[in-house]
Amino acid sequence: MAAPMLRGCCLGRCWALACIDSGSRHGRGAATGFTCSGKRGQSFVAQQPLLTAQKSRKGEHKWAAVVGLEIHAQIASNSKLFSGSQVHFAAPPNSLVSFFDASLPGTLPVLNRRCVEAAVMTGLALNCHINKKSLFDRKHYFYADLPAGYQITQQRLPIAVNGSLAYSVCVGKKWRQVITKTVRIKQIQLEQDSGKSLHDELRSQTLINLNRAGVGLLEVVLEPDMSCGEEAATAVRELQLILQALGTSQANMAEGQLRVDANISVHHPGEPLGVRTEVKNLNSARFLARAIDYEIQRQINELENGCEILNETRSFDYKLGFMPEPNLPPLLLYDTASLPAGADPQQVINIDRIREQLPELPSETREKLIQQYGILPEHSFALLNEVGLLEFFQNVIKETRAEPKKVTSWVLNIFLGFLKQRNLAVNESPVTPSVLAELLNLLDRKVISSAAAKQVFEELWRSKGKTPSQIVSERKLELMQDEEALERVCHTVMEGHPQVVMDMKRGNPRAINKLIGLVRKVTHNRADPTVIKEILEKQLSS
Amino acid sequence: MLKGYVPPYNATVVQRLLDQGAVLMGKTNLDEFAMGSGSTDGVFGPVKNPWSYSKQYREKRKQKPHGENEDSNWLITGGSSGGSAAAVSAFTCFAALGSDTGGSTRNPAAHCGIVGFKPSYGLVSRHGLIPLVNSMDVPGILTRCVDDAATVLGVLAGHDPKDSTTIQDPGKPFMLSSLTDVSKLCIGIPKEYLVPELSSEVRSFWSKAANLFESEGAKVIEVSLPHTSYSIVCYHVLCTSEVASNMARFDGLEYGHRCDIDVSTEAMYAATRREGFNDVVRGRILTGNFFLLKENYANYFIKAQKVRRLIANDFVNVFNSGVDVLLTPTTLSEAVPYLEFIKEDNRTRSAQDDIFTQAVNMAGLPAVSVPVALSNQGLPVGLQFIGRAFCDQQLLTVAKWFEKQVQFPVIQLQELMDDCSSVFEIEKLASVSLKQ
Repeated sequence: MAAPMLRGCCLGRCWALACIDSGSRHGRGAATGFTCSGKRGQSFVAQQPLLTAQKSRKGEHKWAAVVGLEIHAQIASNSKLFSGSQVHFAAPPNSLVSFFDASLPGTLPVLNRRCVEAAVMTGLALNCHINKKSLFDRKHYFYADLPAGYQITQQRLPIAVNGSLAYSVCVGKKWRQVITKTVRIKQIQLEQDSGKSLHDELRSQTLINLNRAGVGLLEVVLEPDMSCGEEAATAVRELQLILQALGTSQANMAEGQLRVDANISVHHPGEPLGVRTEVKNLNSARFLARAIDYEIQRQINELENGCEILNETRSFDYKLGFMPEPNLPPLLLYDTASLPAGADPQQVINIDRIREQLPELPSETREKLIQQYGILPEHSFALLNEVGLLEFFQNVIKETRAEPKKVTSWVLNIFLGFLKQRNLAVNESPVTPSVLAELLNLLDRKVISSAAAKQVFEELWRSKGKTPSQIVSERKLELMQDEEALERVCHTVMEGHPQVVMDMKRGNPRAINKLIGLVRKVTHNRADPTVIKEILEKQLSS
Repeated sequence: MLKGYVPPYNATVVQRLLDQGAVLMGKTNLDEFAMGSGSTDGVFGPVKNPWSYSKQYREKRKQKPHGENEDSNWLITGGSSGGSAAAVSAFTCFAALGSDTGGSTRNPAAHCGIVGFKPSYGLVSRHGLIPLVNSMDVPGILTRCVDDAATVLGVLAGHDPKDSTTIQDPGKPFMLSSLTDVSKLCIGIPKEYLVPELSSEVRSFWSKAANLFESEGAKVIEVSLPHTSYSIVCYHVLCTSEVASNMARFDGLEYGHRCDIDVSTEAMYAATRREGFNDVVRGRILTGNFFLLKENYANYFIKAQKVRRLIANDFVNVFNSGVDVLLTPTTLSEAVPYLEFIKEDNRTRSAQDDIFTQAVNMAGLPAVSVPVALSNQGLPVGLQFIGRAFCDQQLLTVAKWFEKQVQFPVIQLQELMDDCSSVFEIEKLASVSLKQ
């Protein structure tokens, strides 16, 4: 497992600077990440990490960091993992609690089929081996939000093992080169979520809400193949997209549907791995990378100052270990070959069937976009990075003759820019795909210029109900179609400014721009600058 | 710990009985959390064996006529489901439910002279049964005769979606056939069950029973269950471990008793659990915690699981060799007086008294205790039949035949009734199963 070198003195961009530049300010499902184009907006494509030991006194030493992740994703199901109570975000406290969830004596767990299917789908999407037999265990600890005093999980034999997750990193001078990194997946297991406790310091009491107790979780364990916060955040982002594409989890970090614990250690390359610490319950994408890098930095500083790293993890990890869950028989899954004859389809799960019905994964979608529309890889990432953006893009493409590259540029730069400025989601956009398509058609037919199009777009955003054509005619933004008239104007302008023409003849590139500007003024900006330039050059040479 | 707790739902076994028109007369006393073999460690006090007041017992003890304090030397019922056994024995009800984890239904049945039936694990739903050892518990059935037990089993048995450890087949009621010919039957007598602590009377009844089968044409052979001597220790490790786990939920937060301390959650837990559990329960929890510690888990818990497998295999091997049913004692002796019983602590007693019954729970097999005869002291003695897994009906058929042969006497409580007749107005004893 190769970890990239992190030098004491860095070349190129320093991490701290990059942090400020990057990422979304709005946190809407965004990952911390640089935008390859350098503009505001989101991309979860990571930059090649270069970590500095900023306070290092011994700047020569090289450090490598090793990051592993434990990700908990809430399964998108109607009811909980072992009981029939509903799964719903933000319901009144303790309104979604069954007798089993409250650990009333005599209640027993009954496995939710949908949760098992979700686990199998996720395992297959992550290239895991699905264990045809898996087991449930009890993990004991005392905490107010764990009514039974134990959590039912899969410690000994989880449902899926040995998979991989691929994510992409941008490298090179302008982050044009995309390289794929892989992190190994150790296992995926089914387990119960705990309730929530709220500490009321004022009244010295703790309030417990058990709505979340017993909700199904997928724990995805990523091996320590990552080397910095950015890689970790990117991997998490890709996992989020996969889960969302599968429908197995909404994976919304802000709503607590996706939580990440990071295991971090540092060492000198070539030496054994260092002591691990754990950073728990990271539930914001933006915070994830920073928290990890902060911890890496902290460890480096500690070690360079001669201190030791203490593993202060898990204060509840005392005493009891695991015990098999006696109330749940082993979970047996089948494939087409091993399916028992006459088996009730309600009672069995066929892995092959699930594999056949897997929806398209993000990586496939991106590949298709690149093939189909010829767009750049980093743009394909950007399109998938925002909820609903891909659909929007595809709807625009359907209704316009404009080139995909043009559409991409408009969607990713202008449209997305407007959304972000106003902190809106795609589905809250006042501009529908049809409207944008119409605008792009006007642009494509050269009815209006690029600059005019942008003006129209602004107007569309503000006032609903108007079509692009309406706005164009209202504001008289149509391009001059009469080429002869334009030629006459050019001619007149050239005649009126002989000095500039002389400059032009001498080869001054800025001269022509001045002329273009003058022509535009005369024509009230209704001439296409490109065409003006052509005409001027033609007239000059004649 | 469950003071004031009224469960908001019915156990499946209760609901199924209610659905068939049963009338629930009440709940009975037991050892706290089913831990014990005397029914003496409950928060409501100990249970008294009705046979303490029977004519048969009194006559043998040459009791002085009234006036004397005759109640000081009453007998235990055995346990832990002693209250249910006493209720059935005293004609309070048609049948009663108990639990059986190591013999808690069969033991008091034997001491109270009634039928105590432990179904195969997985046949009857445990939804609603407060768990002791999830992998061994079953609801137990206590009745005055084997036919009644079969009636109740017919109502209770079968798949329950709320209990994932039940069999898939739905149950249905059945009638036991009356065996007339036992010549095709093979009865096994496990030699390891002939222990020195076994009272000579019980041994004699056991022997007579074997002879009875043989004389009626059955094949009676000695068999071996070689790992029997390990079963008590194995049971102890597994039982306490599961108990520690199952009791973790009693923290006073969601239901039941909660102490007054509210300084911190930890303090509240500690005090609630200290107040809410008796010594026996606390002892078992602490022991179980020890076995579940990470450093001990492999050496104790896992080893015990392996030994359990060996014990279960002993039975499989015996049944595979052609034996239909095993015949063993249920208890070491007849019921003892309370004052004598409490001289030993609960744990020692349990270890001793469960000796014939608990291996059955580890193997998940069906077993039934049938009263055979009265001892020299006029107290009931029961014998146990053990059957193959899920051959409960066959087992009960054999038990029914045996019951018919031995004609165990009805408990005579008439004197007690007469003594009390001025207080109660008892009209007639209602019973489906009086045998004269």
